[in-house]
Formats: sequence, structure tokens, C-alpha cells
Amino acid sequence: MSNEIALGAGAGLTTELAHEHHEHHEHHQSFLTKYVFSTDHKMISKQFLITGIVWAFIGGLMSVLFRLQLGYPDAHFYWLQDVLGKFWVDDGRITPQAYYALVTIHGTVMIFFVLTAGLSGTFANFLIPLQIGARDMASPFMNMLSYWFFAAGGLVMLSSLFVQTGPFSGGWVAYAPLSAVRDASPGSKTGMDLWLIAMILFVVSSLMGGLNYVATVLNMRTKGMSMTRLPLSIWALFFTAVIGILSFPVLFSGFILLIFDRNFGTSFYLSDIYINGVGALPNEGGTAILYQHLFWFLGHPEVYIVLLPAMGMASEIMSVNSRKPIFGYMAMIGSLFAICILSFMVWAHHMFVSGMNPFVGSVFVLLTLLIAVPSSIKVFNWLTTLWRGNIRFTPGMLFTIGFVSLFISGGLTGIWVGNSAIDIHLHDTYFVIAHFHLVMGVASMFGMFAGIYHWFPKMYGRYMNNTLAYIHFWITLIGAYLIFWPMHYEGLAGMPRRYYDYSSWESFKQFAELNRFISTVVIITFATQILFIFNFFYSIFKGRVVKDKNPWGATTLEWTTPIRPGHGNWDGEIPEVHRWAYDYNKDGREFIPQTEPIGADETEHH
Amino acid sequence: MMAVTETTNKSKKIHPHKFLLWISIGSICMMFAGLTSAYIVKRNQANWEEIPLSPIFLYSTIVILFSSLTMYLSYKAFKSREMQQYKRLITVTAALGVLFAVLQYLGFRAMANHGILLLGPGSNAAASFLVVIIGLHVVHVLGGVIALLVTFFRAFRTRVKSYSTLPIELVSTYWHFVDILWIYLYLFLYFTR
Repeated sequence: MSNEIALGAGAGLTTELAHEHHEHHEHHQSFLTKYVFSTDHKMISKQFLITGIVWAFIGGLMSVLFRLQLGYPDAHFYWLQDVLGKFWVDDGRITPQAYYALVTIHGTVMIFFVLTAGLSGTFANFLIPLQIGARDMASPFMNMLSYWFFAAGGLVMLSSLFVQTGPFSGGWVAYAPLSAVRDASPGSKTGMDLWLIAMILFVVSSLMGGLNYVATVLNMRTKGMSMTRLPLSIWALFFTAVIGILSFPVLFSGFILLIFDRNFGTSFYLSDIYINGVGALPNEGGTAILYQHLFWFLGHPEVYIVLLPAMGMASEIMSVNSRKPIFGYMAMIGSLFAICILSFMVWAHHMFVSGMNPFVGSVFVLLTLLIAVPSSIKVFNWLTTLWRGNIRFTPGMLFTIGFVSLFISGGLTGIWVGNSAIDIHLHDTYFVIAHFHLVMGVASMFGMFAGIYHWFPKMYGRYMNNTLAYIHFWITLIGAYLIFWPMHYEGLAGMPRRYYDYSSWESFKQFAELNRFISTVVIITFATQILFIFNFFYSIFKGRVVKDKNPWGATTLEWTTPIRPGHGNWDGEIPEVHRWAYDYNKDGREFIPQTEPIGADETEHH
Repeated sequence: MMAVTETTNKSKKIHPHKFLLWISIGSICMMFAGLTSAYIVKRNQANWEEIPLSPIFLYSTIVILFSSLTMYLSYKAFKSREMQQYKRLITVTAALGVLFAVLQYLGFRAMANHGILLLGPGSNAAASFLVVIIGLHVVHVLGGVIALLVTFFRAFRTRVKSYSTLPIELVSTYWHFVDILWIYLYLFLYFTR
């Protein structure tokens, strides 16, 4: 099998290793090679997941802190000052500098470290080899490097929280000139240097991961596993990786130019602007809009990098737990592909108010609104999969349904902000915050939770606690709506993003109580996430043990492996695949695994 | 529908590492596409100086073209097991790669000697772009030189003899890629000053 050749060849480029027969039993490994510098895709996926959870905790905590400032602008939290120190909290109040740093790092961490590395890093690593029938990734070594670059980037970002001038504070988009001029703000000094280093390490990590995912899906499928027999989770992760490979390099070039502007006095983004306390810059002729173009050429595809894995896993989990084939399998793939293509042609809708030619703007409006078509196809197919299904409300399934709900609610407002005329009023307001948090942030988070609850038995050989999971689901779902729904109204009233204190504005004073309400819900919802983290780590060691190889009655290949698969996944031969992944309730049988040959009297499936 | 799901022929599949390389090439292309399109955007705005390319860059183009030829010949030598010839040619290729990098540096020095500010305050983005684009390309060439050196030392290994053509195929594909990439960049920079 070519898989075994590839696994052997991962250690070095020579094929003399091809003759080495692969050991399927657990060969002796030290702690370091098994848990730290592991090349096993399952271990790497757990590393991504746990690092992602740590970052989600940090990023979530940051949102609680800045919500404290927004909800209780007059209160003094002296105990917080004792915990966090004077840079962050002065006289019991979050300092303005810290507030901007918190907003910036919350965005960066959540989008890149949690919902990119934590989500697709975890599930692409875990599901791709297991669901396509491969022993490991195309290059397990590069896979390991991908994790360690991510970990290193994370450490650099973490260290930026402790420098004297604070972490970068110019927003997660890091627009020039705020990011390009050291004297623009305290956070633009060392904090920005560290932010850039961390992000470059992260880009390298995503590229290495993405290359591996694409090569593995296209090259290492088991016998009989044609592309149209793949589960939709794999299709989604595949497209995610393709988008990442094509868009991250462009962000990288944008960063390179930024580094030159910061450190070598060039004028790509900088012109002779005047900065308070510094005077006019010596630079000439640069244009800050160029950075926005380069950034959003990644930035928009990035939201699909975040969303697509959640879509794929939702499709898979929904079909398994409705005990029905996914509705419109080919339409699902087609819409993923359409989203993938369109994602590269809409970036300028983030820049409608940057002085763009209105005609160009109208082209981007059209392309942006076109995304509604594949998105609606997907929503329609999810709903029709649920329709008259024999639904099992497992925690994974609940989070999947929650994902669809949030995706609809958040997606509908996308039609508003995608219109350049309406966007003139709505841009940079809380409406935008509400829109992208619902459709991309919380929805993808729900996809991630669904994936964790659903595949936890495969990851750790134990179940997570259901009662805690149900509490987690309901409070998080209700909390998400209570937090972000009111923000639509604030945004429609024109309340801008990223302001430190709204109580001094006559037009926004009316929202003081609403802001306090939102902040209170944030605290409750965040506390519930701690419940999830407890459930996760407790269940790794003490959860109910999985006794059935296929606890959900699923058709896909990962459930044909031993309950705790070793490195190489299958004992003996990799199973051959004879059918697509969605034969549920067919010919009077509840489900037919992909490994079962098509019977003589079996009906055509579609 | 079912016709599509027929199993594909295993033997036709290319080696995963080769495939990885091809996707990485696509990724590198996107990076330079980002830079060259930024260049075009910037060029159409005010304050763009027309900066003549140093003729040394033409010499480096010839050098890298020639190195592609020696790379191809060393690959052929490896395939026909002429190991001495292979070692000689791969050394020449690596040396040409280093020479290319040196020539690029000399090109910039010549431009600086002509009073063109490449970096620093007062520099024009037209000149800085050259440093960034050509510089990043040199980094990719030097990466190729390192890969060449690795295969070179592999060929001298006495403990393990390997006759797999995979490593040399990977290196030569990459080498031809950075060559073609340079030709694209040279023509691009030459015609869109």
C-alpha cells in the first residue's frame, strides 16, 4: 500500500525504508516521543486541541475583562488591579491602553489561534487519516513541525502580554500606519514586533499543516475511497486547507512589506503623515490602503477557513444523529466549492468606506451577495436532513443544530452589511460585531464543540459527561443570542466599535443598561465554558469508558479502528471502501458501514 | 454518478512528497502574486519613480538559466547511475546558485552606487519593492542550495547507498521552479518599471 510507503518515508526521503514492514502494535516510546514530539496525527491533533482550549480560555477571559469596562464603566475593581497589575488595571479600572490591547489580542487569538489552529488543526489532523483510511499524514514530520511552529507563535504572542509597553493594541487587522509606526501608540512598539513574529510563525504553521492536509486527502485515500465517497467533513477540511494555502502567502507578503516599513524606513504603507508628539514622518508616497487590500485578501478567506470545518463536521454529525443520509451530498460539495472560489473575490467589501470607487464597490456587493446562494443551499440541506429524521439529541447533535441556528441568524445580517450603501451607516458599529460573532465566531465555536463531543470517544476512548454537556449547550446558546442580538440594535443606532467608554456620549448613554446586561451574560456564559473545560479534562481520565467500537452507529472508517488506535490506526490491513459515507436507513437497515461490499439485491443509493 | 466513484488506479498516483512540493510551489506563487500585484497597485499611484534595473540582473538570469541546465544534466546522470558525473554536476549547480545570490547582491550594490536609495528614509517604494521581491526570491534560491547540499552529501554517504530518484527529482523540480519564478520576476520588473 502506498500509505505504508509514505509513512515510512516520512522519516527520511529515501525509499529504502519502504521495505521496512510497519509495526502496528504500540512500539516502545519515551514520554518525549509519544506526547511531546509526536509524529502521530492523533497525538498532534490532541496537542492542537488542548493548546486551542488554553488559548480559547485566555481569549475568552480577555473578552470578559473588556466587557467589564463596557458594562460597568464607573465601577472600580481594585482586586483586579492586585491580580493583573498597573498596566492593565489602574485605580480599579481597565486602562484605555489595556482595553485596546485586550480587544486586539482577543480578536487575533480567537480567529487565528482558536478557530484556525484549534479548529482545523485539531480536526483535519484527527479526521483526515482516520476517515480516508490512511495510516498517517503525507508527511508526519512536517505535521509535527506545523504544531511546533504554532506553539512557538503562541508563546511569542503570550510573551507580548508581559512587555512593559503592552501587547499590540491597534486592532486584530493591524492596519498601517498604527502598526507601521513605532511611536503611534505604546502597543505599536515591542508589542507589535512580537505580534508580527507570532503571526509569521503562525502562517508558517498553517501552511505546513494545509499542505499536508491537501496532499493527504488527494493522495492517500484507501482502496475504493473515491473523492465522491468521502464524508463531507473531509471535503470541508480539504477546501479549508486549499483556501489557507492560497491566501496565507498573500498575508505573508503584506507582513513582509510591513516589516520593511517598520524597520527599514521604506514607504510602502507610510506617507508624510503627521503624528502627535513625533511630527511629520520622513516617508513619502506610501498608501495605507495597500495594506488593507493585502490583509483582506487573506482576511476574507480566513473567515471561511474558520467556518468551513464547522460546516463539514455539522453535516457529518447531523447525518449520523438523524439516522438519515445527508440531503444533497453533491450539492453540499458544490456549495463548498462555490464558497471557496467566491471567498477570494469579495475581500474589498471590508473596505467600502476606504474611499473606494463606488462602481468597484458595486461589483463587490454583487459577488458578496452571491455567497448567499451556496450558503442557503447548505442551510436548506441541513434542514432537510433533519426533516423527518430519527433524531438523537446527543450533545454533539445539539451543538450542530445550534450551529445551523447561529449560522442562519448571523448570515442574514450579512446581506445587510454586504450592501455598500447600507454599510456606510453600519460599518465599524456594533452591528458588524454582532454579525461576525454570530455567523463566524460563535457558529464555528459551536462546530468545534460539536466535533469535540462527537469524536471525544474516538480521541480518548471515554465519553464526556452528558449532563454537564447539556447545561453547557443551553447556557451557551441562550447566552450567545443574549449577548449578540442586542448589539444589532446598538449598531443600528450608530454605536461605534472599539470605543473605551460610551457613557460620555449623549447618543449612546441610552445603552448603559443594555451594555451592563450584555456584560453580565458574558460573565455567566464564560463561566459555563469553564464547566466545559472541566468536563473535557475530567473525562479524559475519569469519563465513562467506551466499550463499543462504533458507539454512534456511524458508517465512516474512523469507527472501524480499535477503540484506542495505535500509531498506524488499523491493526493489519487498511479496510477497503465499497460505498459512500451516508448509507443510513437503507433497505431496512439502520446503517451500513463504508467497508461493507454492495449486496447483490441492494438498491441504488441515489 | 456511480461511474465517478469507481476506484482510481493506484499506480498512477504521484508520490505524496512530490505532491506536497507542487502544492508548496502553488503557495509560493501566491506569495509572489501578492507582492507583484501590490507592486502594480502602487505603481499606478502618485510618487512612483522609474528606476532602471542594473544590467547585472541580466547576468544573474543567465547564471540561473545555466544552473537549470546543469541540474537537468545531473538528474540524467543520476538516472543512468553515473555517480561521479552526478556529483560534479550537482556541485556546479549549487555553486551557480550561490553565484546567482552574489550577483543579485552586486546588482543592488551597483544600483546603490548609482545613487538609488533602496531602503531607509527618502527611499522610493519602487526601489524598495525590488529589494523585497528579489530578496525573497534569493531566499528561496538559497533554500534550494541547502536542499542541493543535502542531496550532495547523501550521494557521498558510504553507509547507506540509496538509488531512489525521489530526492533528486524533488530538488530538481524545485530548482526549475525558482528558475522560472526568477524569469517571471525579471520580465515583470523589467517591463513594469
